[in-house]
Amino acid sequence: MTALVVIAAFLLVAIALGVRARSGRDMSLEEWSVGGRGFGTVFVFLLLAGELYTTFTFLGASGWAYGKGGPALYILGYASLAYVISYWLLPPVWRFAKEHRLVSQSDFFVQKFDSPVLGALVALVGVVAMVPYLVLQLTGMGIIVSASSYGHVSPHVAVVIGTLALTAYVTVSGIHGSAWTAVVKDALILGIVVFLGIYLPLHYSGGIGKMFHSIDAARPGFLTLPHSGLSPAWFASTVLLSALGFYMWPHTFSAVYSAKDPRAFRRNAVFLPLYQLVLLFVFFAGFAAIIAVPGLKGSDMDLSLLNTTVKTFDPWFVGVVGGTGMLTALVPGSLLLMTSATCLAKNVYRLARPDATDRTVGRLAKLLVPVLSAVALLFTFNGGSTIVNLLLMGYALVTQLFPALLLSLPSRRFVTKQGAAAGIVSGVATVAVVTLTGTTLADLLPFLPQPVKDLNVGVVALLVNTAVLFAVSAATRASTVPSAVPVAGDAT
Amino acid sequence: MSPARKPGSTRTSRVLLPLLGAVPFVGILGGIFFVNRVTPYVLGLPFILFWVVLWVVLGSVVTAVIYRLDPGNREPVEAEEVSS
Repeated sequence: MTALVVIAAFLLVAIALGVRARSGRDMSLEEWSVGGRGFGTVFVFLLLAGELYTTFTFLGASGWAYGKGGPALYILGYASLAYVISYWLLPPVWRFAKEHRLVSQSDFFVQKFDSPVLGALVALVGVVAMVPYLVLQLTGMGIIVSASSYGHVSPHVAVVIGTLALTAYVTVSGIHGSAWTAVVKDALILGIVVFLGIYLPLHYSGGIGKMFHSIDAARPGFLTLPHSGLSPAWFASTVLLSALGFYMWPHTFSAVYSAKDPRAFRRNAVFLPLYQLVLLFVFFAGFAAIIAVPGLKGSDMDLSLLNTTVKTFDPWFVGVVGGTGMLTALVPGSLLLMTSATCLAKNVYRLARPDATDRTVGRLAKLLVPVLSAVALLFTFNGGSTIVNLLLMGYALVTQLFPALLLSLPSRRFVTKQGAAAGIVSGVATVAVVTLTGTTLADLLPFLPQPVKDLNVGVVALLVNTAVLFAVSAATRASTVPSAVPVAGDAT
Repeated sequence: MSPARKPGSTRTSRVLLPLLGAVPFVGILGGIFFVNRVTPYVLGLPFILFWVVLWVVLGSVVTAVIYRLDPGNREPVEAEEVSS
């Protein structure tokens, strides 16, 4: 019980911070979702970092280190490449967004391509990609509540409790709540993860180096990448896919809008990679769990960190770890929910009902929050995927927005709205077909060399996407060029 | 930089800086094919893990260098803001 009481206290503090951040402010849709565009370097850092340290990091990364070994290292590799890309990518995105007072990611596409239909397509792709991301936060909350109750609360009940907490939190606080909770959460997770990452290897193996030596002796090859499957080719393609998709998430994209000036991104691009090193300690904890709680199979590998905590520490400390873990699900979970709701209300509903007022759209966005939670909850019950696999699926989908976005930035651009739409649709369709039918590149094209077969499906879809984008743009360019030129310069 | 060196600094930001930015990509995406082994251990880490950690740190260093070289960061903030 002690552990659960501590976790409940964490939740109350988070909600209190959210209420406090909101009080005295008039919450327009822009205020509720992009914080009125007034955040400086530090807050943007915390929001983007808050995005980074999710349940995925806490439970997913340690779970993969525990269950898969070497391939888990991809998680450490991609973000630092994404920050390098962000140095050039985010300032023009921010400028354009500010100039046109954009709120959501699909607004960006609507404005750039002068096509509300393309905007709705982007919104739908974003929301669909966010579902697995949201599901993984809920899965994580379920694991945390259930493990911290020492088995008294079943995982199903725990997931429902977590979902209710998340929905209440989002409804109350909006983005200001997220930013403040992110401050508390980041301080806690840094402390907890570094402590666990040092203490657990010491406690169970007598040190980090010794731990790796004994794992390598017991399971040769576990700490490196296998020759086929999760091979170096898989690693490189997955790191690339995730780095390109990093800022394509609708909630990350609109968190970019909340900055006060574009230099915030450039400065953050220098410091965020170092913050990334916290993951190293998550890996240490995950590897130590191999020795502490061996034998967790399949999606149970996500339990490894918490089971180790329960086995090693007193209940009050399990509560602190669990409470921190819950915040890592709450902050990004709230951003995900809020963004999906805003996207659907503003860019899909508005397309059907262009005469809807801002008030109606704002109210609809808030009403959609519990609906989306319920949908994610349903998927969570039908789970069975590990946290990392859920995120990989989301990334494969969301990265399909990258080619169209990148090619929309130059002032003289080649890509047309038809090309962008056709590329996105073909990329997403490729991912969907491969994922739903369970086919692999190896089944389709067995004559290919092994490294090509191991490529992440998202990267293959990205190639299809880009090829279609260029072909359709070339075909539709002649007819759209006269109208495309004034649109590009049309600042409304 | 003085106005006289403007053309040079523009070329720096157009060509040299993206090239620098590509270095961490080569290190992680290309390097992984050559470092897929446990030995030698460095700082107690298996070599492959050390390599990835090294590039996370170097990624930050490279971005810091880019930040310092980029003439865009020397102008006052107002100059970068969009005048709407």
